[in-house]
Amino acid sequence: MQYLTSEEVQSLELKANTIRQSIIEMLTEAGSGHTAGPLGMADVFTLLYFGILKHDPKDPDWDERDRVVLSNGHICPLLYATLAHAGYFPVEELLTLRKLGSRLQGHPHKGALPGIETSSGPLGSGISQAVGMALAERIDNPYSSKFMYCLTGDGELNEGQIWEALMLAGREKLNNLIVIVDRNGIQIDGYTKDVMPLEPLAEKFESFNFDVQEVDGHSMRALNDAIGKAQAVYSQPSVIITHTIASKGVDVFERDFRWHGNPPGKGPEDRVEHEKQAEVALKKLRTLAGLIEAQDS
Amino acid sequence: MFADHLQPNLSPDTVEKVPNRNGYGEGLLEAGKRDDRVVALSCDLTGSTRTNMFSEAFPERFIQIGVAEQNMASVGSGMAAMGKIPFIASYAMFSPGRNWEQIRTTIAYNNSNVKIVGAHAGVSVGPDGATHQAVEDIAIMRAVPNMIVIAPSDVHEARKVTLAAAKHDGPIYFRLGRSATPVVTTPESPFEIGKAVRMYSRDVSLEKKVGIVVTGSLLFNALMAAEKLEKEGTGASVLHMPTIKPLDTEALEEFAKEHDALVTVEEHQIIGGLGGAVAEHLSGTVPTMIARMGVDDEFGQSGEPDELIEHYGMGIDSIAARAKTLV
Repeated sequence: MQYLTSEEVQSLELKANTIRQSIIEMLTEAGSGHTAGPLGMADVFTLLYFGILKHDPKDPDWDERDRVVLSNGHICPLLYATLAHAGYFPVEELLTLRKLGSRLQGHPHKGALPGIETSSGPLGSGISQAVGMALAERIDNPYSSKFMYCLTGDGELNEGQIWEALMLAGREKLNNLIVIVDRNGIQIDGYTKDVMPLEPLAEKFESFNFDVQEVDGHSMRALNDAIGKAQAVYSQPSVIITHTIASKGVDVFERDFRWHGNPPGKGPEDRVEHEKQAEVALKKLRTLAGLIEAQDS
Repeated sequence: MFADHLQPNLSPDTVEKVPNRNGYGEGLLEAGKRDDRVVALSCDLTGSTRTNMFSEAFPERFIQIGVAEQNMASVGSGMAAMGKIPFIASYAMFSPGRNWEQIRTTIAYNNSNVKIVGAHAGVSVGPDGATHQAVEDIAIMRAVPNMIVIAPSDVHEARKVTLAAAKHDGPIYFRLGRSATPVVTTPESPFEIGKAVRMYSRDVSLEKKVGIVVTGSLLFNALMAAEKLEKEGTGASVLHMPTIKPLDTEALEEFAKEHDALVTVEEHQIIGGLGGAVAEHLSGTVPTMIARMGVDDEFGQSGEPDELIEHYGMGIDSIAARAKTLV
């Protein structure tokens, strides 16, 4: 997408808000799952699926599509919600998340649901798979305009396999690979700086021969510009470190690592008690954090 | 009586010995010529896995991964997702040893068309010692859904396995050895994924009947043991099961019914390998006395390949002696 108009930005932001509401509803119904990552990355996913990707929800196996590899599979409620709102499958199906027989597995299963390119959950293997896709595409068509996007978390960067994959991508100068890091600063046990410090992160990627950008992960324009620049990089793979706020959109959940792996109804109670967590979250989102009146549904 | 498709006049003194990984190299090159979707990946072991024959012929379809087996498994999965047929080769200790989870999730759970080639399997790796002797690989791969597990016997069979793997759509693991091992089969001997092959049929005039079920390069020792048993008055047959999963249950049941007891022989732990698979199946169908021969819940050690095979009880005399105690 070229420059985003104000109308386009607003439309994307509203779409992201709708997707966040779906995430709260899905997680609440499921009674388990991850909240912080999905809410935090909703703007990135919305921009990708509604503004960037070459894809066709009615023809999910279209050969010319860009590939999206979700490496941090635990944020799949976001992927599922985005795919449903983009038209890959009925939105109502989102409420089957994590239930017996559902196509919406607790972590993504390739082949179960249209639009899922890889199974993931065990951390660290997504970039490798995206590198494999990028290599295969280059063998078939060195002038291909397909991009392989790999979404990964910052806690996930603790995994050694990540760096194995980066080394290979750098050596191969895979300019069709764009890695997007969710730099929300949290992981299950605490803040990333305490569990396993990553900084200087940009320099790490640079030393692995990546083109590196750092952007505000909640600014549609900044993200759009960064992805556009990454697509234009000629002789290197790219990484975009998106600085996001964990649980973005629900202020009473934001930035708290204890929301990493808990759904509404089971999160920390210091600000909102269990029974009210889903309701409060949905109200925050429906009123745009109190800026507008909630509509009775 | 030896099957008529085997090498003539098999005997320990005269049998030709060739590493079966050579058959992988030849088969991979041939598969690459037949189908340009075939790609090969290697973790800094291109020569010793014999991937070099392919990499020299098709450099554009060869990916040097470096010493990074976890990455190799998932890169292979990514390439398969784009329609390639990746063969990923390393030593069995590292792939599938080091990268089992990546194989499980990104290859098997994705049902990805990746062929995993574990070279230097078994104690016959020799002097490198236990760290490099994979004797658990069949067990860990057999437990993974969607996975086919094969242990070719010799160089000819390894070539056929490689070609069959390239044609099969789905994940396959096959193991190879390091040392030169007896060439038992011929280019004409049958091989089909999932099929057992009767390699030696007992003398039906003998009253005692023991069946030897074998996989991998110990096929030769099993054949020699059967011949020895027959000379000593015990009827013995050999069923070669190159495919451990899916098990050829029909052939196995028939074989079990025909004999009073079975011996399984594999260059692997007796826990979870061929012996485990055979016992699991027969216990519910044709309950049979089974002696499982292989490495008995211990690590290997340094030594010469033949010495180690003898030491861990997989030599010709050990197999024959054990079989005799059963009938």
